[in-house]
Formats: sequence, structure tokens, C-alpha cells
Amino acid sequence: MITPETFDELQQAVRSVDRVRVRGGGTKNVLSADATISTEKLSGILEYEPSEYTFTALAGTPLKDIAAALAENGQFLPFDPPLVEAGATLGGTVACGLSGPGRFRYGGLRDFFLGVRMVTGDGRVVFGGGKVVKNAAGFDIPKLVVGSLGRFGVLGELTFKVFPAPATWTTIRAEFPDFKSANAAMIRVAMSQEEVYCLDVEPTGAVSIRIGGLGDAQAVRTDRVRSLLDGAQVEISTGEAEQQLWNDIREFRWVPNGHSLIRLPLNPGQVETAEKLLAPQAGPRRYSVGGNLAWIAWSDSAAADSLLTACRELGRKPLPLIGNWSGGVPSAEAGGAFETRLLDIFDPQRKGDLVPS
Amino acid sequence: MSAEQFFAELRRIYPADRLLTGRAQLAPYESDGLTSFRARPSGVVLPETQQEVIDTVKICHKYEVPFLARGSGTSLSGGSVPIEDGLVIALNRLKRIIRYDAEQRVAVVEPGVINTAVSERAAVDRLYYAPDPSSGPVCTIGGNVAFNSGGAHCLKYGMTSNHVLGMKVVLPDGTVEQLGSDSLEGSGPDLTGMFIGSEGLFGVALEITLRLLPKPEKYYTLQAAYDSLEKAGTAVAMVVASGLLPGAMEIMDRLSMDAADAAIGAGYPKDAKAVLIVELEGTSDEVEAEKPRLHKVIEESGAYIIEAARDDEHRLKIWKGRKSAFSAVGRLSPDFIVQDGVVPRTKLGHALKEIDKLSEQYGIRVANVFHAGDGNLHPLVMFDGRQPGGLEHAEELAGEIIRLCIRLGGSITGEHGVGLEKRAYIGEMYGEDDIEFMQQLRRSVDPLELANRGKKLPSAEAPALTSVGAHPLEKQGIISRE
Repeated sequence: MITPETFDELQQAVRSVDRVRVRGGGTKNVLSADATISTEKLSGILEYEPSEYTFTALAGTPLKDIAAALAENGQFLPFDPPLVEAGATLGGTVACGLSGPGRFRYGGLRDFFLGVRMVTGDGRVVFGGGKVVKNAAGFDIPKLVVGSLGRFGVLGELTFKVFPAPATWTTIRAEFPDFKSANAAMIRVAMSQEEVYCLDVEPTGAVSIRIGGLGDAQAVRTDRVRSLLDGAQVEISTGEAEQQLWNDIREFRWVPNGHSLIRLPLNPGQVETAEKLLAPQAGPRRYSVGGNLAWIAWSDSAAADSLLTACRELGRKPLPLIGNWSGGVPSAEAGGAFETRLLDIFDPQRKGDLVPS
Repeated sequence: MSAEQFFAELRRIYPADRLLTGRAQLAPYESDGLTSFRARPSGVVLPETQQEVIDTVKICHKYEVPFLARGSGTSLSGGSVPIEDGLVIALNRLKRIIRYDAEQRVAVVEPGVINTAVSERAAVDRLYYAPDPSSGPVCTIGGNVAFNSGGAHCLKYGMTSNHVLGMKVVLPDGTVEQLGSDSLEGSGPDLTGMFIGSEGLFGVALEITLRLLPKPEKYYTLQAAYDSLEKAGTAVAMVVASGLLPGAMEIMDRLSMDAADAAIGAGYPKDAKAVLIVELEGTSDEVEAEKPRLHKVIEESGAYIIEAARDDEHRLKIWKGRKSAFSAVGRLSPDFIVQDGVVPRTKLGHALKEIDKLSEQYGIRVANVFHAGDGNLHPLVMFDGRQPGGLEHAEELAGEIIRLCIRLGGSITGEHGVGLEKRAYIGEMYGEDDIEFMQQLRRSVDPLELANRGKKLPSAEAPALTSVGAHPLEKQGIISRE
């Protein structure tokens, strides 16, 4: 594995390898196990101007460092990335297109990613997007590489938009007698004007709702959210315990040993069907982002094919991230003509393909 | 193969009233919101179904005829000016809302659906479609997608691309594809995001899946007057530093206020050099809690008049003044160019001083209206097109302003797109290699360069500058520029 320390070295590295496979923090072993290039030494925040709401950092910068720098100025990453404490990097998070539960409020990683300097699969340095919060010039290359799993090349320098962090957080966890009523409550909250940050449902019938904002309003806002919950039993958390609750969710501490972690996009109308399909064999799972995303723990002893079949029935492509997964990476399969024609320019030799086409 | 054969094939799809070739019939399609540019297409088709669009694109590809897909023609960058002798595919009749799902908060629409029609459809569920370009009552979602349109509320909610989840598109050779889906979360590369803002170069969107948001329960809008533009700029920085996240922050200078006063009697303080509009929005309790904080910041910023909207009607009046500014400038000057540069927010004050200097140097009046929250400037460069060299002189100044934005680390366009107007400058914002790379991407998707040829990227072909003045709809007060 080559570990470049400068942008030039990164370019050299891409040109010198036959297969472009990148490892950042190595937190998603399914995708980085056979890496040929490490971004470990391409780390650091290059520019951060709090009053601009933007920063630029190298791809190998750990999210932890970024979160800390932002927190010092009362700001945060509104897309709420996972695996921060585990050591995930900015570049890896972009390549996998990962946002966390808090993306429900303002948008996902794609919505906060403004500019990129990267090395294409054929070793060219390209800049796309901009460094200001608003820009309509050029093709939106930053968006293209979100979730691309390194297939267009290696990310070098990334510019993001950030927001001021809410002063206080409150989480309301409601227990419903069954999944169906929990799911109905989730939809009610999603359609309400309560502007919640996180909205997650668990198969047990638990709904977790996170609100944020000024301390003065939290008590009233909590009551208003409760009024949407049909008198369900609720537990309210604030302060450090509340932070810990969401940290544990984002760090996937709920995934048992001997399980792989799979990410699966959904739409809220599919959640009940997904649960029916998954329940017989899946391990613990969460329906996050108001029913737009499932995180699934899949036991090593269960057949990967059963999960793949369920995903196909839902018309969705799963992305395995962590564990001894043996079912391939459907999210990395070749797409249609538009994608192919773009790849023909970015990576004509398909050095970055995970799945041989 | 000849033009005759080309039109013969089109006639197999379109009855005579939907295939326009007469001189008078073509006239309305010769220009758009940027009236300085004009070109005559060879024909205009008015498809009513997606299949007709697909078939038309295939015929264009077969005969190698360049085409332009067009909505309402409100582009301010010349994006919907036709290609000389090319075909215009006018999409206004594809205006079905195919799916509306309140529980999933999505709407799937055809490209000819009017921007505000989406929010109107969703109003019953207190949902809305967030991007709000000033031309919202007229412009189409298809046009918004092509140009990644913005609006006054981008600071908090972003532009069009932040609200489109998926699309069915036809590529320039007639290939039909689904990009993205109806989920907020994607899998694989974000092709939807790449397609949006490509100014029609990657093809035509046939169905667009939009994300809907719950309508903010409460708005709180205030307007503050300052004795200098700089103080208003500083106030924006102070609001940002306070940790508040307003839905919008807008600044107008004296000249724009004069224009709005003349047009709609907006009633701005006579001695103010700048007004700042700040709008909080959200749940009523949150907004109530934020109010005193905002007032404190604005008082400390040196505003000498602070006027808060008493009710909805008053709020709309404040916004009407702001939104009228562009077309109102028409009262002060027969012609004007709208600029759309972006600078880092911290350099707003510097940029405004420089623009002022340039204005003096050129002896041309420049009114400034801008989305201060995201550093998006809209200098209105006034000129008289009847004066020989008037337009050219104004364009030179406009060019200097664009270069200033690039120098300060910003962008040549925040929300209007490159179109025809700014092609000369995109090569200064990006490096030569980056532009060449974009050209290659374009040619890979569209080797014949048929789709909206001559836009967005530097190119030899450009329609001549032939006329100036306000857009016909603007003159009628139907649309306004933002």
C-alpha cells in the first residue's frame, strides 16, 4: 500500500497502481480491505473561516478532528456523519456517501459538499465545484463522487458547508406496542412542522426523535412532539446522556459481534415491507432518517443471498460497510449510459472498479 | 440527409399547431430573460408527452440537428436562447404532477410544471417546495433543474439540486435513464446531482422527483436601516457569529431602494444608505426564543431604524419591495445587466467598495441587491442601449465585477448559471485543464454536442448581441429578476 504525503505523491501513486483502491481510516473494512493507496498522511484542515460557514480539508482528515475544530466555534456538520469516534475520514465518508440520523433536518452529505480537488482514475488532477456556499458554475463534480466508492478517482481536497450547532438537544424516545403504530407515528412527526433533527424507528416499536435549538424553547417543543405520539410511554433525555445515546447509534455500538453492517436506502412507504422481509433473518436494525435509510446488522451465520433477495424486492442496492460480509457490493455495480460515459473520461481503464464489469 | 427530411419526420409526430416554423411563430422563442441575446431557431416543437420528447431527441440525433429544451424562458444568463437553426423543444405542455405523496414528502413532476405550482399542490398538507427563485410563478421545474436555480432562502436550504432526489432523463442520443430514486439517501454515485445544473448539456429531464419540506410554522421578518452599506454588511457577519441561522438575509443599497420606491412606493427611509432584511423561520416557540437575540444583534450593529413585520401582510410588503427591486431598476434606466457573482461573505464589504469604485471609474450607475447570507451579489449595471457603445461599455464593467468575484475566491454565478453570458469568464474561474476536462465530459455524454450547444462552456459559436431591454414578461410585471 502506498501512503502519499503530498498531492503530487497522490497523483504519482494513482498513476503507478493497476487498481485504485483507497483506504482512509479503515473503519469500513469491507470496502478498504484490499486498498492500494492510503490517505492517512493526507490529513489536515487547510482553511476554516467560521464566519463563512465553510472549511477545506484534506481527504485523510479524521472527522473527529473536524468535529472538534467546528465545535470550538459552535458549529457542526449538519449531515451528522457516522463512525466519527471510530476514526472515519472525510474522504472515506464522501466516497461512501454516508450521512447519519441528523441529516433528516437539513440534508445529507451531498447537500453540504461544495468543492473537490481530486486525482481521476487515469491520474489527472481535477477541480470541481467551488469554495463558496453558493455556486452554479461548472459541472457538479462534488455531487458525482458522493457514494461513488472511489470509482472516479481519489479525493484529495474537500470543501464543505457547515452550520451553527443547536445550543441544546433533547431526545424523546417513545415505545409503541408494535412496529406498525411506531411507523405511523414516525410519518406523523415527519409531516409535522416540529422540525426535528433525527427520526428513527426500531423493530421493537421504539421511535426516537431528536430536537435541537435554544434552551428556552425546548420544554414547550418537547411537549408539542409528545402530543403527536398518541399517549405512548416516553422517555426524555438531555445533556450528556442524550449525546451518548446518538453517539452509540452513529458508532454502530448496537451491532453485535459476528454481524456485518449494511446500509440500505428506502423510502418511508417501504419501511413496513422492508421490516417484513428482513425480520426472519436480520440481526438488530434501525430505520433512520424518517424511514429513508435502514441500517442492518446481518449475522455471519445467515445467508447473504437472503438479504440481497430482500433488497432486490425493494428495488434498492445495499452497501455493506463492516464485518465478514460475503455478498459483494451491489452499490458499486456498473450503472447506465450516463455513468458509463462519465467514467470513460474519469477512469477509462476502470482502475477504480470494485466490481469487475 | 436534409432539413426537409428532418421536418418530415417531426411532422409524423406533431400536428401543424405543435410544430412551429413560421417567422412570427418563432419570434417568442428567439430570446429569454437575458434579452441582449437573440437567435432564430429553425423550428419549435410543443410535445405533450414524454415519448414525444424522446422521439424528438432521437430525430435530432439522427439528423445531427442541435436542440434546446426550454421552459418559460426566464433564464437570466441566456441559457434558453436557441441555437441558430436548431430545434427548440418547448416543454411547457408537460405539466403533470405525476405523483404527490404527502406521507413520503415527495412529488414527481414533469419538467413543464411551474415552480410555485408544486407548493400550491402541497399546501393542503402544509408542505412546500423550498427553492424560491423570484420568477417562481412563471419559471418551470425543468429550467430550475437545468440551471440549479436558487432564491432568497438558499442560505438554510440550498438550491434546486438539494431538493431533487431523482430524475428520469433522456440523454442527447435518445437513451432514457432513471437517475437517483425517491429516497433522501442514494446508492452509488450521485448522478442526479451531476445532471442538475448542467444547463441542458447532458440532456432533458422528463420526470423529476422533488423533496418536499414541512412549511415553517412561523416567519419573523425584520428590516433594518443603516447609514452605510458597510454597517449592513457587518450586521450580517454579526448575525452569523451569533449562532442564529436565518432563512434569509438580504441587503439593498440606496439606488435599489430608490428604484423600488419609484415602482411600488415601498417607502424606505429616505436617508438610509442600506437596508437589511433578516427572516427567521421555524416552529413558533423556537422563533419566539430567537427573536430577542436577533434584535439584540441588530441593535448592536448600529441600525438606526428597526422595523419588524407585524403580520403576514406586512411581511409580504417587505418582500415585495425586495423582489421588485430588479424590475424596478427599469424605472431608473432603460436597460440594465443583472450580475450574479458570489464572494466569500467576509469579503462582502470589500467587494461592494470595489464595485463602487468601478462604477465611478466607468461613469455607470450600479445598484446593488444581494443575498447577503450567502455572499451572492446582484449588481444591476445600468445603461442605455440606444447610446452607441452603451451595452458594450456596461458589459465591460460587468466583466470587471465578475473578475473581482473570482479574485476574491468566489464564483462567477451563484444561481443564474453560465449560459451564454458568462462563458468568457468560466475559464478564469477554473483552470484550463479543468475546462478541458469538462469539455471532455460533455463530449463523452454528447459526442455531437447537440444538447444546448454553445452554452455553459467556452465555445466559438455565439448568437450576436442584437437587442436590449426588459423581458416582455418583466415589462408586464409578471416576472422579476432576482
